[in-house]
Amino acid sequence: MVKRFNEPFLWTLFSAGGVVAAFLAPVLLFLYGLTFPLGWLAPPSYEATLALVRHPLSRLVLFALCSLPLFHWAHRFRFTLYDGLQIKHLNEVITVFCYGGALAGTAMAGYLLWKIP
Amino acid sequence: MKKSVAYTEYHPKWYRTRVSTYWWSRRWTYLKFILRELSSIFVAYFVLLLLLHLSALWKGEASYVALQAWLRTPSVIVLNGVSFLFVLFHTITWFNLAPKALPVRLGGKRVPDALVAAPNYLAWLALSAGIVWLVARG
Repeated sequence: MVKRFNEPFLWTLFSAGGVVAAFLAPVLLFLYGLTFPLGWLAPPSYEATLALVRHPLSRLVLFALCSLPLFHWAHRFRFTLYDGLQIKHLNEVITVFCYGGALAGTAMAGYLLWKIP
Repeated sequence: MKKSVAYTEYHPKWYRTRVSTYWWSRRWTYLKFILRELSSIFVAYFVLLLLLHLSALWKGEASYVALQAWLRTPSVIVLNGVSFLFVLFHTITWFNLAPKALPVRLGGKRVPDALVAAPNYLAWLALSAGIVWLVARG
């Protein structure tokens, strides 16, 4: 169970994730999910993408961009299930699934961004 | 009055009308609320897509080419189109909420919400244009 004193901390992560996602998610999803696959713009090569990601500043931004929005999702989704769909008896399972998922995603992002040559 | 009141271990039974599980489908405002909350799923999907890209970059060029081919599948394009709309909805609702969460006052008067949200929108457009330039230049 998430204790009450953790609530402000989790809310801060939710809020920070909301800001990061609001600023960066639409353009990146539009580019990599629609523009490049549909050929509206020529997709950058493997080398060019790697060169872009390799920069220390890119790694830092990408890490924040993976981690914070996941905590945003965890917090909001938990309360959507609680208030919206009124699933209250599974509260603890949902809490573990949401924040556990966010932690796992953060760990994976950290590992990959560390390992990318 | 009698002092010895026996407390029960349990709550008294209050009368509460049951709220339907589908309460949010009754009004557009409610539906908009639940869609805004559900946009978080697509934010998480965006991160998943990002992690797939990073993983492919780490594994090598063959993996990256395979990922690009997978992204060209029609069903994935539809999914990404829907996700883009939801993520856009997240951005708009988030920026519009900011002035309500943090009202700005100047000279005793509340600054209009649109004026507080506008810089966010401008910064967002500039940042998006910058990223397009950075990614698509070659």
